[in-house]
Amino acid sequence: MIPTVQTVHIVSIAIVMTSMAMVDLRLVGVAGRRQSLTEVGARFLPWVWCTLVVLLCSGTILIIAEPGRELINQVFWLKMSLLAGAIVLTLIFQTMLRRRSGFWENHRAAAVLLGSASLLMWVGIVGAGRWIAYVEHG
Amino acid sequence: MFKHLLQGLEATPWGTAVRENTWLFPTIESVHVLSLVLVVGSIMVVDLRLLNIASRRRSVKELTDEVLPWTWAAFACALITGSLLFSSSAVRYSGIWQFDAKMCMLVLAAINMGIFHLGAFRSVAQWDSHPVTPPLAAKLAGGISLTIWVIVVALGRWIGFV
Repeated sequence: MIPTVQTVHIVSIAIVMTSMAMVDLRLVGVAGRRQSLTEVGARFLPWVWCTLVVLLCSGTILIIAEPGRELINQVFWLKMSLLAGAIVLTLIFQTMLRRRSGFWENHRAAAVLLGSASLLMWVGIVGAGRWIAYVEHG
Repeated sequence: MFKHLLQGLEATPWGTAVRENTWLFPTIESVHVLSLVLVVGSIMVVDLRLLNIASRRRSVKELTDEVLPWTWAAFACALITGSLLFSSSAVRYSGIWQFDAKMCMLVLAAINMGIFHLGAFRSVAQWDSHPVTPPLAAKLAGGISLTIWVIVVALGRWIGFV
């Protein structure tokens, strides 16, 4: 049961992590420059939000299965804080892009900062997710 | 003979270090997870295009040119970190059927990719015009690839529970 839910969780992370990497690397200007930021966002952000729901559901099942492993684990709360931060950054990205499609092209420094911060946070989320299993709890 | 080889692998300085150092295994494992989610995620981007489910307005050639270099870079990281984790307890891992099955699945993924590249992808210029609906052989390659990689993730996670 737990390995199956974890597998769903990891495949979902693969979708969210890659989608966010595509958006963030485009935002920083390292990859995907053949498409506009609006096009890249339209391709990947809906997948991020939908798959995030799957992640929250599978994650909740994992917490219910072993509440002590997660809820009194500092790495778990670090992961949740990073997740909250990453979601806020994505919302900022999306809102500014919707208001003015050229916003991030006209504010390159902010774009590079937001893209790299978001990417680092997602790397931290994945890393912390694995470290939960290795930190003493209880 | 094969067992000697595995024992030799465990006795290497890196095999010993990963086995004996308390934080080295989880650190390498975290990099392995990060690499594999990028491998699987980026392959899914291509597979979903071949299946005509996502990125439908983009040329397949343009998409693969953009995405696959990242896939290969992430795969190299996954291969190196995976080999390090394996060398820490090579004898034990090679006796677990989930590990053997995972390796077989990776070989199948390579064969599927080879068939696609030598087959349907060779004529990509002919079917890759706007709007693009990939031929059946390409859709099949995408579907098989998607299935194989989900199984690889499941088997990989399962190894940790044996």
